[in-house]
Amino acid sequence: MNFPILTTLIFLPAAGALAVALVPTTREDIAKAVAFVVAVAEAAFAAFMLVDFKAGEAGFQFVSRQNWIPNFVISWHLGVDGISLFLVLLTAGIFPIAMAGPKIHGQPKQFLAWMLLLEAACIGTFLALDLFVFFIMFELTLVPMYFLISGWGYTNRVYAALKFFIFTLAGSAFLLVGILAVVFLTAPNGHLSFDLIDVARRTSQLTQTEQRLIFLGFIIAFAVKTPLFPLHTWLPDAHTEAPTAGSVILAAVLLKLGTYGMLRFGVFLFPKAAVDLGPILLTAAVIGMTYGAIVAAMQKDLKRLIAYSSVAHLGFIVLGIFAFTSQGLSGGVLQMVNHGLSTGALFLLVGMIYERRHTRQIAELHGLQKSVPIMAAVFLFVMMSSVGLPGLNGFVGEFLTLIGTFITHRWWAVVGSTGVILAAVYLLWAYQRVFHGVPTGDNATMLDMTLREKAMMAPLIVGIVFLGVYPKPVLDRIQPSVDHLVAHVIHVDPSLHIPAKGVGPVVAVGPADDVDSPAVTGAAASATGVAP
Amino acid sequence: MMTGLLAALAGQAAPGTTSTTQPSCQVLPSGAVNGFCTNAKSLHIPIQYRFIMPELILIGGALIILTISALLPKRSRRGFWMLLTVVTGLAAFAWSAWLWHPFIWQPAHALQPALVVGNALVLDRYTVFFALLISSAVVLSALVADGYLRREGLDGPEFYVLALFSASGAMIMAAANDLIVVFLGLEILSIALYIMAAYHRRRAESGEASMKYFILGAFSSAIFLYGVALCYGATGTTRLSEIALFLAQNHVPKSILLAGVVLVIVGLGFKVAAVPFHTWTPDVYQGSPTPATAFMAAVAKAGGFAALIRVLIGAFATMSVDWRPVIWVLAALTLLVGSVLAIVQTDVKRMLAYSSISHAGYVLIGLQAASAAGTAGALFYLFSYVFMVIGSFAIVSVVSGKGEARNDLGGFRGLAQRRPGLALTLTILLLSQAGVPFTTGFLAKFYVVQAAVGQHQYVLAVLAMLAAAVAAFFYLRVAIFMYTPPPAPDEADGQATGSGTGGLAVLGGLALAAPPETTTVVIPSAVTIALTICLAFTVGFGIWPTPLIDLARHATLFF
Repeated sequence: MNFPILTTLIFLPAAGALAVALVPTTREDIAKAVAFVVAVAEAAFAAFMLVDFKAGEAGFQFVSRQNWIPNFVISWHLGVDGISLFLVLLTAGIFPIAMAGPKIHGQPKQFLAWMLLLEAACIGTFLALDLFVFFIMFELTLVPMYFLISGWGYTNRVYAALKFFIFTLAGSAFLLVGILAVVFLTAPNGHLSFDLIDVARRTSQLTQTEQRLIFLGFIIAFAVKTPLFPLHTWLPDAHTEAPTAGSVILAAVLLKLGTYGMLRFGVFLFPKAAVDLGPILLTAAVIGMTYGAIVAAMQKDLKRLIAYSSVAHLGFIVLGIFAFTSQGLSGGVLQMVNHGLSTGALFLLVGMIYERRHTRQIAELHGLQKSVPIMAAVFLFVMMSSVGLPGLNGFVGEFLTLIGTFITHRWWAVVGSTGVILAAVYLLWAYQRVFHGVPTGDNATMLDMTLREKAMMAPLIVGIVFLGVYPKPVLDRIQPSVDHLVAHVIHVDPSLHIPAKGVGPVVAVGPADDVDSPAVTGAAASATGVAP
Repeated sequence: MMTGLLAALAGQAAPGTTSTTQPSCQVLPSGAVNGFCTNAKSLHIPIQYRFIMPELILIGGALIILTISALLPKRSRRGFWMLLTVVTGLAAFAWSAWLWHPFIWQPAHALQPALVVGNALVLDRYTVFFALLISSAVVLSALVADGYLRREGLDGPEFYVLALFSASGAMIMAAANDLIVVFLGLEILSIALYIMAAYHRRRAESGEASMKYFILGAFSSAIFLYGVALCYGATGTTRLSEIALFLAQNHVPKSILLAGVVLVIVGLGFKVAAVPFHTWTPDVYQGSPTPATAFMAAVAKAGGFAALIRVLIGAFATMSVDWRPVIWVLAALTLLVGSVLAIVQTDVKRMLAYSSISHAGYVLIGLQAASAAGTAGALFYLFSYVFMVIGSFAIVSVVSGKGEARNDLGGFRGLAQRRPGLALTLTILLLSQAGVPFTTGFLAKFYVVQAAVGQHQYVLAVLAMLAAAVAAFFYLRVAIFMYTPPPAPDEADGQATGSGTGGLAVLGGLALAAPPETTTVVIPSAVTIALTICLAFTVGFGIWPTPLIDLARHATLFF
């Protein structure tokens, strides 16, 4: 394990970006080949990491630590645990698909260079165990994404890109000041430390007000990124205007930076404040779920519809996180991966439709099932995963999340459950309008999926089915870290340990042997039961 | 020599009039003066030439250039004056680097600043830091100026001579241990700058800029002097080290002193373009020839801050309770006004002027923290800023074309197609100014904000970061223009159609209907060298900042 695999995971795409940028403009084929090879190699490295990853261990693995800026006591500290493992895998897996799949309009060299840089920054964000490193990686994701949207997006791209950039940057202002505040306030005798583990040990020294204020600062930044209900307005614009690959990455990876940050930096560093202010976030999440679903149902633009569905789905994840139960958190983490697969796939499909018809207006699309049966089937499949059909991945995550929430925050779970129904409403309705009926005009002559498009959808579909049918290996790796986090929260706030009434043997939080609680196995079992 | 004169002047101004104790006065072999000397005329003040050599090199270089230009025939070789200036700047830089080691001026290893030239100047690492910074700025500005001056038909030795004189003034401000010497440095700096602003004879804006700068500058100098007089009235001395000693030992009625300090802040605040003393900046930056603007933005700001930090932290440290709120308000105003007003600018030079105002706000944050980290942060910021701003203006000077015809945003449209390297460089420099990670600009902001949080100034810290988010808007706007293809009649794919004009109009309602003439952008090789240095500095120290942080920290050890 001496090989610094995590550092490699960050620097490989960064070096790839540089290499692609240095390829002469006239040799686009070389640029494409280099970029794809780098992205695939990155995925291979991530897969190696998964193989070496020890299931059942809660702590960070493959930890690598180097002094970076000794003046500020900043170190290059990386590590991966069950919470970040699958996010890293998702990132490494979806980037080659997003890069190779959709057609790039103009200047593929620059496009691919930005994509690789974005991948490096995203992976870095998931791996960082130093607050400073996390912050710079979190910030760095903005630049490539900004250029991807403004350079290769649709009509209103400049506006959308700026809105995205400035919303997130304004949120980050609070994050940076929050990070500095916690680092300075917890420094005994001026011994600063930006190290996540050190800071987490020290935060209990802070007063309640300090904890809450700093937690809020963190949460503002993450809520913008997630996006949580009142701060979500940049998302539909950014999604709609971004090029297909950009939308895929935005949905699959970038939004997870927010929820991951809430979990790793919000809850882990300020468990007390997180418990105290949890209900506010749960409420925002539930509002976002219902509001996002209702607004999605009313959209005329297919891409915008999926963008609003993201707002609703991300609400699920936030709900799971702030339920503070083992099931809820596991469900939340799993749902991050699920959403990445399903929504990423949906954006790819919408991109394919746009390539053929040059419109995303639902009203102009009609009866596509006749002309493109394979695409319709794939769309239906992915959509069902997004709706949460048992047997596909969405169900496992949503089920765990709702169970976990029900234990500690019953009424939020009750309202949140409507989100599942509403998801069926807007997605099925959209499917009906776009794919059913008799095709007319251009809709009738539309071409079906090419081999290349099928190849890029295949891994996503495999992932969707696998996670839906047999999530155990994944949950086995997520669970210990999640339990560890919950134990950390309980340790700080024992009052949270309230066994819910009438939930039978399911306890709010179990120690490590309680991992195979009925909820988890139940979910897995029921999922297996209805596998297609 | 000029500096000798300075010392004599300073020597007469301060000691002769004091009425406090200690009649005895002795000049140590090292050149430092003990006690208050009442009889200045009988005093032999040894001048340690090797300690003030960076200033002397700049002035000497200027005089040599003047002499050579009088002897040589009118038409000289291309780039000859630039080369002489660069050599002079590099010599000053090398000498400063040599001075960095304290054992050279303090053989006893006592890490004390050395008072030189009869206490008028002080040699410590702070002085040396600014000598390094200013000589770098001289070299870079000269590299940028050469191509511009020849393109505009203004080639000649005068520009370089003025720049060297001006830079020596800034160095003297950094080295000053006396408010009068600060004033002398300020005037040397400013008067040369007034002329540099007017250097483009055929552009009306250039003359206008110079006039505005001169009149407002003269006012601010007067205000500064008035402040010096009041400080003198309150403390009986203009020597900074003696003021600090006096304030530490005596209880002084504050009214006069406060008025004096505030007026000094106003005078220097004008030079560094802090709001509300910034009104000259946009006009002057826009009107001046671009290399002069670059030089002004870098050197005048550095000199002004060098003096401001030295005066406030060095001399009036005991009064920090009083001046910190003032600087707090100035910093907040500067940040907000600078970033917000930059948004509506359509002229890139004007936009960069406002952005340089907001940069001053960040340096003020470091200053108002009044802590070791804050001061070091301010110095780190200034050093990073010099390279970012000269690099940015260098690109503007290249892109704007003959007669500075295309300074507006439209002139940058499609630059990425014509000159991808140039566009990428400007993008990186602008992102650095916006504070994007892995650039010095980010670390500089991080440093000062960290210092503010260290002093529990959370509101100011949040304001600073929000201002950075606002500022990102106009930096990115330039980037967008560079990467937007010039409006062609047939855009290839439907995806991009309409995006150009429609999307960009959102950005500022600009009249961009007229496509810019696709003239080629000529990049002189000297500018390429300057840009390479700026870029390497910005990215290199952005990734591995430790040496630069150490430099800034050691420079502030003496406070």
